[in-house]
Amino acid sequence: MPNIVVFIELTHTTQIPATAPGLLALAARLGTPIAVSVSQSPLNDEHIAALGAQGAAHIYATHSAQAYSTLNSYTVDALEQAISAHQPAAVLIPASVDGREIAGRLAVRTGGGVLADVIDAHAHDGAITAIHSVFGGHYTVAASVPEALPILTLRAGAIDEIAPAHNPTVEHLELGAHTAGRTAHIDAQSDAPYNTNRPELRGAATVVSGGRGLGSAQNFVLVEQLADALGGAVGASRAAVDAGYIDHTAQVGQTGVSVSPQLYVALGISGAIQHRAGMQTAKTIIAINKDEDAPIFEIADLGIVGDVFSVVPQVIELLKARA
Amino acid sequence: MKIVVLVKQVPDTGEERILDASTGLVDRDANDPVIDEISERALEAALSVKDRDKSTEVVVLSMGPSDASKAIRKALSMGADSGIHILDDGLLGADATLTAQVLAAALRNADADLVITGNESTDGRGGVVPAMIAEHLNLPLMGSLTTVNIGSASISGQRRNDEGTQDVSADLPAIISVTEGFAEARFPNFKGIMGAKRKPVSTLAAAELGVNIAARTKISSVETRAPRSAGSTIIDEGQAAAQLVDFLTTNRLI
Repeated sequence: MPNIVVFIELTHTTQIPATAPGLLALAARLGTPIAVSVSQSPLNDEHIAALGAQGAAHIYATHSAQAYSTLNSYTVDALEQAISAHQPAAVLIPASVDGREIAGRLAVRTGGGVLADVIDAHAHDGAITAIHSVFGGHYTVAASVPEALPILTLRAGAIDEIAPAHNPTVEHLELGAHTAGRTAHIDAQSDAPYNTNRPELRGAATVVSGGRGLGSAQNFVLVEQLADALGGAVGASRAAVDAGYIDHTAQVGQTGVSVSPQLYVALGISGAIQHRAGMQTAKTIIAINKDEDAPIFEIADLGIVGDVFSVVPQVIELLKARA
Repeated sequence: MKIVVLVKQVPDTGEERILDASTGLVDRDANDPVIDEISERALEAALSVKDRDKSTEVVVLSMGPSDASKAIRKALSMGADSGIHILDDGLLGADATLTAQVLAAALRNADADLVITGNESTDGRGGVVPAMIAEHLNLPLMGSLTTVNIGSASISGQRRNDEGTQDVSADLPAIISVTEGFAEARFPNFKGIMGAKRKPVSTLAAAELGVNIAARTKISSVETRAPRSAGSTIIDEGQAAAQLVDFLTTNRLI
């Protein structure tokens, strides 16, 4: 079995991210998962056990007191060293804001090729083929890196398998001064400004989104209430973001976040092509809109022609009554 | 200060976009090519520096087929000073690796204090090219910024990654990528449109940049996913909320 290097994107407070199980599960299907982590102090036994439970066979745990002083330079060094030490058949990195930058730099540094925003991958006769979902899910494209190291960035939430647990072997390494010549510096860091009791939009199993039909920022609270009742993340159409109902980080669509949840609920969203491109690969879509000709109904598994201000509060009450 | 803005021409997202099933490449005849909106926001960030300091030189750099010249002309009409068009049939369908090699080679000769680009294009969405260019040119990258302050010798700004926000800074020269949080671009005015015709655009081929055309990735298959079909639609007469909750229960979604 070839080695597969997996980047575990620990938070700056050393939490294992939600992307780790999917990356390790895909790695376990392609070969032997080698988890690479970067932290300020050596990784503790609790984290090692947790990564083993998620499928890491071996952990390449690097640390540096300076790890969070520069933008991603220590991480690129750690992955470069792990690649050199373990000669993997592929590298898996989350398609996150930082993951994409790390993958780009790593590819140039190692002479590898990037397969970006991958939703799945297969190994066949030692060659790894990545699957991409293109143009909002209209196309499925298979691609490979025939003569160099494939570096894959994996879309959050794309893999919901769990790898078999391991009792991992560990090597701890202290990183030297970073090798990048000139870097950007991190001067301050703060946690996500959004409500951390809600799941993150990327990778959430349930997403409730609101559109222009909500009419105002005050009314948009209804979207949040239904999201909380369903334990889901909050999204929005571009029209709602442009109207100032909610921050642009909630925007689902061609520009903004692409989601593939188990359940997507669209409230007061007409379903313009740009919005559909970011959500039409959801397993189940429910739409409520007062305009019966809204294009969102063409792709909804359940469409309700009605007033969101009448239907949604009733749904929330019924959900509360069940609980 | 000299700022180079990377501009990408893409298929309009307001229309159905088509991939050629035999090559995996975008069918450019299927819909109107436009400047990617995020490229326009990157240009706006550069033009706002020029608004404050008229000595600022703004150059747009684009790699693309012959009609990408329209995107460059539009950028010039909005206020950029000159354009560089990398035009080479051999670059058709270039992957991120090759694209970054070519853009980095062109930037190496451009002597920019600051390179501004979008964080990801609406067609590729890979978001790896800015970092690849930064690595090629040994430049600091401040990627996925939501705000930026551009000084004469250094830049600072805020970026949002998947866990929160960061205040970041770097000395110039540097490369930054902007997100949707940046201001929308200005419209070209009549004077700008007339003036754009006299602004210089140089055209370069890959060989002139010393780049050997070789992609690392290979597309092996393209399949069209069956379009989603509508399920049932009901009209609310007071019963829809209960039907919705039943639907969630039946489908084990709650």
